[in-house]
Order: sequence, then structure tokens, then C-alpha cells
Amino acid sequence: MNTILVALRRDLLLAARRRSEVVTALFFFVVVVSLFPLGIGPEPAMLRRVGPGVLWVAALLATLLGLPRLFASDHADGTLEQMALSPRPFALLVAGKIAAHWLLCGLPLVLLAPLLGLQFDLTAPELQVLMLALLLGTPVLSLIGAIGAALTLGVRGGGTLLALLVLPLYVPTLIFGAGAVEATSAGLGSTAQLSILGALLAVAVFFAPWATTAALRIAIE
Amino acid sequence: MMKMDKQPASPASWMRYASPATFYPVAGRLQPWFAALAAVLTAVGLWIGFFVAPTDATQGEGYRIIFVHVPASWMSMFIYCVMAFWAAIGLAFNTRLSSMMASALAPTGAMFALLSLVTGSLWGKPMWGTWWVWDARLTSELILFFLYLGFLALQAAIEDPKRADRAGAVLALVGVVNVPIIYFSVKWWNTLHQGASVSMTKSPSMAQTMLWGMLLMALAFWMYAIAVALSRLRNIILERERHADWVRQVLE
Repeated sequence: MNTILVALRRDLLLAARRRSEVVTALFFFVVVVSLFPLGIGPEPAMLRRVGPGVLWVAALLATLLGLPRLFASDHADGTLEQMALSPRPFALLVAGKIAAHWLLCGLPLVLLAPLLGLQFDLTAPELQVLMLALLLGTPVLSLIGAIGAALTLGVRGGGTLLALLVLPLYVPTLIFGAGAVEATSAGLGSTAQLSILGALLAVAVFFAPWATTAALRIAIE
Repeated sequence: MMKMDKQPASPASWMRYASPATFYPVAGRLQPWFAALAAVLTAVGLWIGFFVAPTDATQGEGYRIIFVHVPASWMSMFIYCVMAFWAAIGLAFNTRLSSMMASALAPTGAMFALLSLVTGSLWGKPMWGTWWVWDARLTSELILFFLYLGFLALQAAIEDPKRADRAGAVLALVGVVNVPIIYFSVKWWNTLHQGASVSMTKSPSMAQTMLWGMLLMALAFWMYAIAVALSRLRNIILERERHADWVRQVLE
């Protein structure tokens, strides 16, 4: 646990000294979401219908934006190799870095989403479910994305490749995340979708740091 | 990181074939047989499918596309599992040939996924009245196709073949864990497709000849996949081992 906190604290500290990167991803989220009403028209009924999906897709893309940086700078200055060689378990250090990525890229999206949901005329219960779904779903996005980031570390055209690798794997999270909000608007209750998101999170927490570590060892070998 | 001293002093005789140099001529001898079988089975399967099988009561003649469509989707899913299996073996035991096998299978699997998408949309036009329906199985097939593309793109982007093999293996394993999750989530998301055509539990709801045609075509595609994978494997072996003496002798 201590090992995770060490890595987490270090990445948060580094991010605090380069705030613009975090803020850029957030603005990207806001801009993408705000573009949709301009593209499809301002009818409230239509916006209410597409709102959850748009917010989720934008969250997917915003998470993707921060992923290439997750390991790149540590790889460039050799820190990553030192982490792999250190007596502390590498997988836990990696888990700490992923947690930091979520705190920097995922959590702000969760907090910002209700505000943007208002633009799409979502009601208060829908906004609550949206936040809860994002709270469960965005860590899954960070965890799966970390595997992709590790696989494409130092590869030509890594950023585009990362999107190609990771986006198909985001499909279940997207379906259940947006589905939870849609079920609420249909008056069906969202327990089923939220439970499945929780299950996805549990599986991802268990497997993803391990797979990321394997991919990182391949990359720095 | 991998331990190289794990191999026993006298490996079992079948493990000999894990060496690319030994397997290259074996693959060369097997390949024409599988190719011939594929050709014969395709001819018989298509003949049954197009001329012997009765016209479907509800779907007319258009249904005959399933003789290509269903086996192609079966193969696209099956090949992904086989690919992940060989990739995992390559990752675990550091056997070069297994990783080469995984790379050799990927383009064939992607081709079958694409074939199943194209035939599915050709079938959808007369049956559903539209080229594309966001139906559960078409959508998960599309995502499977994306997973194949990701695997191919990752391997193509990494120059060092050893790293490409192992990174591809991790991706294939992550993919294979995700394929059922994606399948069921997409199925939950939308179920417009008709129920499964061939079911293990219920008695099949189709004529016996239709089933035979489909099984023969599946077998034909299987043989085709093996034949193509073997010849692609031979090319990969030659490319990767081009500095070895035996390759120089083979090519002379």
C-alpha cells in the first residue's frame, strides 16, 4: 500500500508543477461536449436523448488524451527502468501511477460532468446516475488505457496506435455507462448497469496493473 | 528476463518441431495437402449450399449467403482464440515459432472478420432492407475486426521482432479476455438479430442439407486458414532467420 502511495504522490507532485497538461484535457472534454449541440441542433428532446452518450464518448477521448504521457517522460529519463529494478514491487508502483492518472484525468471529468449534463437538459436523478457511472467507469478507462500506453511506449506513431488499441476495449464501459443514464431516463432504474460497471472495475483493478507491468517490462528490456 | 536453461537435455521428439529450421520443410510438405482439401471442400460445400439445399421458406434464395457468412464469423472468432493461444505459448516459453504462428494467423482472422461483415451486410440488404444494422452480432464482429487491426498495427509499428511478438502477445491476451465481455455487452445493448442458427442444446431448426453445407464450408475455411497460415509462416521464418546458414542453403 505504501508503495502505491509513493508512486501516486510523486506523479501528483509532478502534475502539480505542470498544471497546464491536466487542464488541457479538461478543456478538451468541455469543448468536445459543447460542439455536439452545434452539430446536431438545439432541440432539448434530442439533446436529452444523446446527452449521456456524448458525455461518455467525450470522457473516453479525454482519458485517451492523457495516456501517452503516463509512462513516456519516465521512460525518456530512465526513471521507469529504475522503478523496474527497485526492490519495491513494480506492479504496485505502476498501480500508483495509474491511480494518479485517474485522479488527474478521470476524477475531474466526474466532477465536471453534471455541469455539462445541464447543457443537455438532463434531470437531477439522471445527473446523479451519470456521476456515479463515471465514478465507476473512468477508473476502468485509466486501467485499460495504461495497458495500451505501456504497449505503445516509444513506438513510432504511438498516440494514434494507442487509440486504435484501446478504444475497442472501451466498448463495454461505454455501453453500460451510457446505458445506466438512459435506463434512469426510461424509469427502469440503473442498478443492473452500475453493478456491471462495478464488476468491470473489479476485474480491471485485478488484471490491468499486472498486464501493464508485463507490457512495460517488454518495452524497456 | 526469461530463463533460457529451462529446456531439458533431450527434448521429446515432437518438441523438435518448435525449431523454425525443422518446421520450415514440414510446413512446406503439409501446406499443399491443406490447400487441396480446402479447394475440394469449398467446391462440395458451395455445391450443396447453392444447388442441393432447399430454398428457405421465409428468406427465399437470399439466405444462401449464410454458407459463407456463418463459417466466416465462426472462423474469425476461433482464429482469434488460436492466435492468443500461440501468442501466450510464445510469451510463456519464449518459443519463436509460436509467436510467428500468431503473427501468421492474424491477417487470415482479420480477413474472415471482414468477410463476415461484408456478407452480413449483403444479407441484411434484402432481409432487413438496409446495408447496416447496429445489431449485436454485427457490432461485436466489427469490434473483433478492430481488435485484429490493432494487433496487426502494433506488430507493424514495432521494429524489433522480439518486442513486436511479445507486445502482440500481451495485446492478444488482453483481447481474448475482453472478447466475451464485449460480446455480451453488445448483445445486451441490442438484440435485433435472429436467434443463433445452430444451437448445441436445441435440435437444429434448419434442414439437414443446409447444416451439412454449412459444416462443410466451415471445414473448408478451416483448411484454407491452415494452408494460408502455414505458407505465411514459411515466409516469416525465412524473413526472420535470413542470417542463418540453413536459410541460405534452402534459398540456393
